[in-house]
Amino acid sequence: MKTLNEQISDVISQEPVALFMKGTPQMVMCGNSYRALQALHAAGAPITTVDILPDARIREELSAISGWPTIPQVFVNGELIGGADITEELNESGELRQKLDDALGADRSQDVKVVELQLA
Amino acid sequence: METETIQQLLAAAFPEATSLDVEDRTGGGDHFQVTVISPSFAGVSLLDQHRRVNEALASPLADGSIHELRIKTKGPQ
Repeated sequence: MKTLNEQISDVISQEPVALFMKGTPQMVMCGNSYRALQALHAAGAPITTVDILPDARIREELSAISGWPTIPQVFVNGELIGGADITEELNESGELRQKLDDALGADRSQDVKVVELQLA
Repeated sequence: METETIQQLLAAAFPEATSLDVEDRTGGGDHFQVTVISPSFAGVSLLDQHRRVNEALASPLADGSIHELRIKTKGPQ
């Protein structure tokens, strides 16, 4: 089995848009995670979410990889975009949609997918 | 945690800021909105501007005194 660090790195590098959040899109457990999710929806993003709540180590490993201390965290094509505030701000200015168009093309899927990490 | 304490941490980290504002969003002392307007943000990406604010408040973020932080940053107008 891959380590937690490897699994998180895989999600970041392989998913077009990765959202590390508290809860799932069906059951969001934090206002900031909800704001990030809504901003991504509004910008027409495909979204792959990872719930960080099942184990404290998920958040520790994630922050070690990204250098970003808080949740949520949004990545597009492996690049850290930011947390809820930046994602919201970039959506409102239109830059988020532009970034997604550039990275994934305008004719992209908008599927929402949940990845569950395997905990040792 | 008091808004004044956060204000002091930000003032120490951003002595050149033209505006520092801290708002306790819920009155509970753990959900804050901070606004930092500083000429030092010129040419700095939004991501790195937020990084600097997070770094200034690393200690209360790490120990949970700040449960939720909203950040708004601006460079020189």
